[in-house]
Amino acid sequence: MVRGLLTKLIAAATITAALAGCSDADFSDAEKRTIVSMSLAALAPLPPDPTNRFADDPGAAALGATLFFDTGMSRDGNVACGTCHKIDRQFQDDLPRGIGVAETNRRTMPLAGVARDPFFFWDGRRDSLWSQALVPLENVLEHAGTRTAYAHYLKRRFGERYERIFQPLPELSMLPASAGPFGTPAEKAAWAGMSDAERKGVDRIFSDIGKAIAAFERSLVHGKTRLDRFADALAQGRSPSAEDDLSAEERHGLKLFIGKANCSTCHTGPRFTDNHFHNTGVPPVAGLPADRGRIAVVDEVLADPFNCAGKFRDGGEEACGELRFVQKSSPELVRAYKTPSLRNVAGRPPYMHAGQFATLEQVVSHYATAPKSVEGESEIHAVALSDGERAALVAFLKTLSE
Amino acid sequence: MTSAWRMVVGAFGLVALAIGFLSVVFLTAPAAPGPDLARSKNSAKGLYALSIAPEAGEPRQGDLHAWVVTVKTRQGAPVEGAEIAIGGGMPEHAHGLPTSPEATAYLGDGRYRIEGMKFSMTGWWQLKFGITAPAGADEATFNLVL
Repeated sequence: MVRGLLTKLIAAATITAALAGCSDADFSDAEKRTIVSMSLAALAPLPPDPTNRFADDPGAAALGATLFFDTGMSRDGNVACGTCHKIDRQFQDDLPRGIGVAETNRRTMPLAGVARDPFFFWDGRRDSLWSQALVPLENVLEHAGTRTAYAHYLKRRFGERYERIFQPLPELSMLPASAGPFGTPAEKAAWAGMSDAERKGVDRIFSDIGKAIAAFERSLVHGKTRLDRFADALAQGRSPSAEDDLSAEERHGLKLFIGKANCSTCHTGPRFTDNHFHNTGVPPVAGLPADRGRIAVVDEVLADPFNCAGKFRDGGEEACGELRFVQKSSPELVRAYKTPSLRNVAGRPPYMHAGQFATLEQVVSHYATAPKSVEGESEIHAVALSDGERAALVAFLKTLSE
Repeated sequence: MTSAWRMVVGAFGLVALAIGFLSVVFLTAPAAPGPDLARSKNSAKGLYALSIAPEAGEPRQGDLHAWVVTVKTRQGAPVEGAEIAIGGGMPEHAHGLPTSPEATAYLGDGRYRIEGMKFSMTGWWQLKFGITAPAGADEATFNLVL
């Protein structure tokens, strides 16, 4: 009698324990909603960019594609946008830091979905895709060219195409062959020696180069991944096909990603980014110039002549809310860097803004241990993750590849 | 059955019972009560009655959008010419708002438009309004869960 009761109790307890254990493999309704919200199917259509009236002009996009891959768009004739943003490598270069004319200080970012960002670069130092495209052209470590040199080159090589899309080109023959606000002292002096009208004419051509490249970049989108097909099946209440189903380890990683590991707090939505900037305690790279992240470039984006408040913007100023209401002085901006999208992340080591980590395992370990930031406060709190949980997170991240 | 065998079965049974009991507790525990989500409340010192509403539908994560805050005296008279400072953030993540919202227009009847709001993450946000008007300076904190 006692033995019978004991046996029944043991059986009941075992079943209850087993059921509790099952909850690891299945998803709650709230988790399912989160997973569905991460599918590409949940991505809203790409909004228009009223600040660039050529943003959806096919001719401008075609010229932009030509310019993107043209090494003539550089001082030494060897560097194009596509040199670092490699078309067959997710538009990035697999290097810790991109190499243009010389090695830069930052990891080259992939470009799929880039047109959806409110701010550009790892630190958000530009506020539009078209103004972003102008910066590397004049950066001495990247294309290292000058504004008048680009204007001359554009007129010589693509003048007819440009005029068909944009507007008649001004007379440029009297302008210095190479002059601009960056470049050598002689080039800066030559730029300063030009009239306001001449500078404005060159700036107009320069901004149109950015607008053409931006029009091309708007076409770069993410493709569907296994996670998307899995999430779409969840959304439709059907079982995923065998090849789209996630393994027990991948499901475990997904559950951690949206749960205990807190990854989806920032890596959120179909692009796996909150489009914002955070100090996550990523260590600096020895030997590189001091890098304070977002706080160091707030003044730069506010003063940029090609920003949304400037005279090269098309459309009305109502499109400039992001710049107008930008966070200007918060201590959280110190060593804050953009939350990158995690789509296709497994295929593009190394990671972080200066290629600090060689593997996803190192990245997960960094976020689990949450070391202090060298400056400012890291927003990350340590999470105790077992070796198995870390491996599960990495396994899940691999389901984000096309 | 030997007494040693009984002891083993008994011990196993007790452990299984304990696991089962903890599992039931864990599975059926109510979620922690959320923050107070009222969109109308009195300011901390009781000088003003505030209410807030998004200007065009409930905000979505990541969208720049506007709110309307209505400031009245405790007696219900609209407060005009108030200076409004906006702050806030995510208490659980120890960070502030991702933007610098501002009161950009007085809409009449104690209503002020707050532009430049953005919630970059889902979760619990706090919005703090500092009100300075002839009746004095006071503030009110609202909770939002996205």
